Amino acid sequence: MRPPRAETRAEAARLVARFEAAGARGVDCGILQPADTLLDLYGEDIRARVYTTHDPLRGEQMLRPDFTVPVVQMHMAEGAEPARYTYAGEVFRRQEDDPERASEYIQVGYEVFDRADPAGAEAEVFALFSEALAPLSLRAATGDIGILTAAVQGLKTTERRKAALLRHIWRPRRFRQLIERFAGRAPVPPARLALLNDPDPMAHAGPMIGLRSEEEILARIAALKEDAAAPPLAPEEVEGLDAVLAVRDACPAAEERLRAIARDLPAIAPAVERLAARLEALARRGVDVARLDFEASYGRTSMEYYDGFVFGFYAEGRDLPPVASGGRYDALTRQLGQGAEIPAVGGVIRPGLTLALGGAA
Amino acid sequence: MTLKLAVPSKGRMMEQCAEWFAARGVTLTRTGAEREYSGAVEGAEGVDLVLLSAGEIPRELAAGRVHLGVTGTDLVRETLARWESRVEPLAGLGFGQADLVIAVPDAWVDVETLDDLDMVAADFRAAHGHRLRIATKYHRLVREFLREHGVADYRLVDSQGATEGTVRNLTAEAIADITSTGETLRANHLKVLADGLVLKSEATLYRARNAPLEPADDRAMAGLLDTLGVG
Repeated sequence: MRPPRAETRAEAARLVARFEAAGARGVDCGILQPADTLLDLYGEDIRARVYTTHDPLRGEQMLRPDFTVPVVQMHMAEGAEPARYTYAGEVFRRQEDDPERASEYIQVGYEVFDRADPAGAEAEVFALFSEALAPLSLRAATGDIGILTAAVQGLKTTERRKAALLRHIWRPRRFRQLIERFAGRAPVPPARLALLNDPDPMAHAGPMIGLRSEEEILARIAALKEDAAAPPLAPEEVEGLDAVLAVRDACPAAEERLRAIARDLPAIAPAVERLAARLEALARRGVDVARLDFEASYGRTSMEYYDGFVFGFYAEGRDLPPVASGGRYDALTRQLGQGAEIPAVGGVIRPGLTLALGGAA
Repeated sequence: MTLKLAVPSKGRMMEQCAEWFAARGVTLTRTGAEREYSGAVEGAEGVDLVLLSAGEIPRELAAGRVHLGVTGTDLVRETLARWESRVEPLAGLGFGQADLVIAVPDAWVDVETLDDLDMVAADFRAAHGHRLRIATKYHRLVREFLREHGVADYRLVDSQGATEGTVRNLTAEAIADITSTGETLRANHLKVLADGLVLKSEATLYRARNAPLEPADDRAMAGLLDTLGVG
């Protein structure tokens, strides 16, 4: 079923050549990556998906799960802007649940770092992928995490609640739980009520042990009191969020729907304008946006570092992972850049899958 | 290959295991010198006794090197990915009960639930510049549990023993460990989160799903399980 490695490499080389012709510079990076950087970005969950190895001098290292982090680091350390990069190489994914999934496969990537024209850069990446994958008749899915983020940022509630929601955008179940609580729909646990009404909560606390100090505990209790006093989210606002999350249609209809929602939820208007600009840019590049799907909640569970436009290409009716995926990841460059940031958008293709499906253009 | 039954090689778990089998007419005895790890089975035909560390029994079952084994639920779930496809639980043996729980300092009066823990983890990371550390030896179970409950910004640090002391020793902020009575937790000024039960564990008799058997051994298996009244 899986094509021979040499053929996959040749397919990867064809894709790289295609991306180089589009203006990208070929880059490479190490297979071993420092574990700390990846753990700090993705959290402990990544251990379930990545091979961790160890040596006595460098400590924990991980076999690269993708190229994004090292390419961003390389660009931020030495890159001139704007920049376009392409690469091809093995990535490694630990499989705990599905023995059929590959634990090692080749990825070809294309990444654009460009401040001038975000919509243009997004359209460029999508259109390049779309053309390369055209012979395979894949289904394309698109979404935009930025619209949901804007909707949260626009809520008339405390900054602390917004921060909690933004932190869990990528965990839909937990996000929903928080919404229910902030909307006053979830009962307050009795222990919480007792704490809030306790005039001297530290009286029975027992000895202070560990790094977390009494000041931190008291500060959180103060924050909990503030939260208890804050009014619940208005039902219209929750409905607005739900309406955004429910948008799922062909791009033009989705845009229209989001514009309608923006009349009640003006905070998303700039994000909807960005969507509109992207659709125009896509159309200019020859993408048939009238037949392109848009789903507002797309990419919330599988694409943790994307924070704007997201896309994926799927082989319909085949039990295969996405053939290609990508999106915008400005926040990742902010975290890795320690203050510096650069708008970034890119994606990856799996040549092993394009080959199995008949070969990319 | 003769039918092989693996039981823990030492300690309370081994004694209770022998008692459980004896109560059903099967005697497990050590053979040879007192410290030698070999044994015999009386009361069932064609069964070899293998004495192993309880922690290695899941691996041996999964590899099909032993056909039956007694070990803790916690060890099977922690060690074996897709454990259901590799071993089949035949009977809980009614001893070795322990709960794998998440515990935090008593002094954290503002933390009762996983939801609190998650919020505190975010604040802690902002204040201290590193993720909130949870000491455990059950990495897989705890990671899966916390992912399922949407807890973020924590890091697991390995602790193979005296885990309850890690908070006081400033090597962790919280722990995930096995407890049966909760006494050690209390003595170390820790409390279990209200929804912090990761797993209820007990000593369990497992059958390996992928261990080949000759027809004669198949009969030995049927005979043993019949004598034990399980399967």
